Amino acid sequence: MAKTTANDTAFDRTLPKALTGVRGLDEITGGGLPRGRPTLICGSAGCGKTLLSLEFLVRGATEYGEPGVFMAFEETGEELAQNVRSLGFDLNKLVKQKKLLLDFVRVERNEIEETGEYDLEGLFIRLNAAIESIGAKRVVLDTIETLFSGLENEGILRSELRRLFRWLKDKGVTAVITGERGSGTLTRRGLEEYVSDCVILLDHRVTDQISTRRMRIVKYRGTTHGTNEYPFLIDEDGFSVLPVTSLGLQHKVSSERISSGIPRLDTMLGGKGFFRGSTVLVSGTAGTGKTSMAAHFGNATCERGERCLYFAFEESPGQLIRNMRSIGLDLGKHVKQGLLQIHSSRASFFGLEMHLAVIHKLVLQVKPDTVVFDPVGALVQAGTQRDANSMITRLIDFLKVQGITAMLLNLNSAGDSLERTDVNISSIVDVWLLLRDIELAGERNRALYVLKSRGMPHSNQLREYLITDRGVDLLDVYVGPEGVLTGSARLSLEAQEKSTALSAQLEAERKLRERQRKREALEAKIIAMRKEFEIDESESVLLADEETSRIDRLAQDRHAMAVSRQADVTVVPFRNGRK
Amino acid sequence: MKKTTAKKTPLTLEQIARTSSGPDDTEKWDLRLYVAGQTPRSVAAFANLKRLCEEHLAGRYNIEVIDLLKHPQLAAGDQILAIPTLVRKLPQPIRKIVGDLSDVERALVGLQLRPGKS
Repeated sequence: MAKTTANDTAFDRTLPKALTGVRGLDEITGGGLPRGRPTLICGSAGCGKTLLSLEFLVRGATEYGEPGVFMAFEETGEELAQNVRSLGFDLNKLVKQKKLLLDFVRVERNEIEETGEYDLEGLFIRLNAAIESIGAKRVVLDTIETLFSGLENEGILRSELRRLFRWLKDKGVTAVITGERGSGTLTRRGLEEYVSDCVILLDHRVTDQISTRRMRIVKYRGTTHGTNEYPFLIDEDGFSVLPVTSLGLQHKVSSERISSGIPRLDTMLGGKGFFRGSTVLVSGTAGTGKTSMAAHFGNATCERGERCLYFAFEESPGQLIRNMRSIGLDLGKHVKQGLLQIHSSRASFFGLEMHLAVIHKLVLQVKPDTVVFDPVGALVQAGTQRDANSMITRLIDFLKVQGITAMLLNLNSAGDSLERTDVNISSIVDVWLLLRDIELAGERNRALYVLKSRGMPHSNQLREYLITDRGVDLLDVYVGPEGVLTGSARLSLEAQEKSTALSAQLEAERKLRERQRKREALEAKIIAMRKEFEIDESESVLLADEETSRIDRLAQDRHAMAVSRQADVTVVPFRNGRK
Repeated sequence: MKKTTAKKTPLTLEQIARTSSGPDDTEKWDLRLYVAGQTPRSVAAFANLKRLCEEHLAGRYNIEVIDLLKHPQLAAGDQILAIPTLVRKLPQPIRKIVGDLSDVERALVGLQLRPGKS
């Protein structure tokens, strides 16, 4: 009593909780089940009530040092131990170590006669003895409703059950009570009436022939909790609940860039490729080379010495390796080195939760740097659209938290809008490469486009690419009047451009030569004219000389004449006349 | 009395052999009454049982009273839940009667000292 009242009266904001150790359950309950209080786990037959409660005890005993008592009303201890051995729980060992106590309570109506008043003190004493003997902190009663079939007097039973739950609280043990689901009520006998602190509902339903197990916290008094239906699965490691959104968006981001494996594609993505830890969606119609893109990506990962995990839902590893060899990628080499792991399974082979679990497990085991899903849309076949969406969201969250770069391939069916994915994940991916067919002039050619790429400048061009025996090759862009030119249209334009360029060059050369010639002609003319001028000039000098000498002679003649006439003449300076 | 026993539950061959060979009124009755402390109910149960035995099984019965408060580990052996519970260890098969035995008719039916109503 003291313990619970202390909890109730103390001004403690957080309800004390006991970690279950069940993967995922602690997340959605915000830290486990209410400590020191009973929790009801209900559900229809075969939905895993016993297993969940048993795992709660086993984890408590092995991981949190809290011994537990399992009071079974339906199965004997040995049966239980056998049933859970396949899950890796060794109950007998825990029992020997005094960490666990299995007590089988058998109630057989046909050997019991009721006469008069009684109470269930015997059960209390048994439970108390069990708790005391190993110092148990956790108790499971599975399934206490069996008492109703063994004992007639329901009035006594109900009041005794109420007393039992009160007693468990006073005892301060964290108890789990399981109950079979009734029609219209959570449990057949209305146990939820007595256990009001925490009620967890398990459900196992089959939709389209695919079974999914789901869990919901119906109520959890005094604390916030996830209210969705969470898928859970039971595999060889026990129970795991897959919280849809519990991972949140708190992952670390890296600004490191990694190559897509295609150098010219890296150029389109701001020159450096994808961010590490980002999610890349490659979508396209059939035959557009999605797998080839993924193979390049995987190949580049392995060539950097990193690990790649490739989930192929359509091809076997051998087929994938053979096909990729034809485009010059030797994936077999990486497989041998252990850098590349190809995991092939049909999507419809098991349900979505199982897929998710397998993927989780492999990712944690292999610790890859990159993961490829080829194609991610195949998972829709393993469940419904909605389930697949939420599963892939969870998957992406999970990979992001691990810092793993993921490439998801998505097949667009013909006729669908290209910018639509089977699984509506376009909004949560970081990079979206769209591969498409371009039909032009009687041909189909492949073109690639970066539809979005968060956090980096990226090319806006539609690029044609070829899948050659040396891999995927992005080509130069030729834009014609009807958009980007591909295939032979591109080739002819390419040729045309070449010839135009050639003739232009020739023309330029011809012009150059002509100018040269003109210059030469002009220069020759200039020389001729100059010569002519020189001749002119020399002639005119001669004439002038002649004139001077004639004048001189004239003067001399006159002088001589004057002299001969004996005239009184002054001697005129010879040169005067020339001035 | 022997006849009613045979009628009530199908017996194994061994039991038939034993019941047919030995005289019925020499059969030993081994009864065990589980109680939890000296509550009025357990006291009443013991008194009712004592009277019943004296009436029907005088001289050939043995009552063992087990107080589970003192020996809690004994509860598991006979699968005791309700208190008080009377367990008929002998003669076979084991029968359990829960309650304070105030309903004598049902107690007798439970102990197979009287045919069932049905």
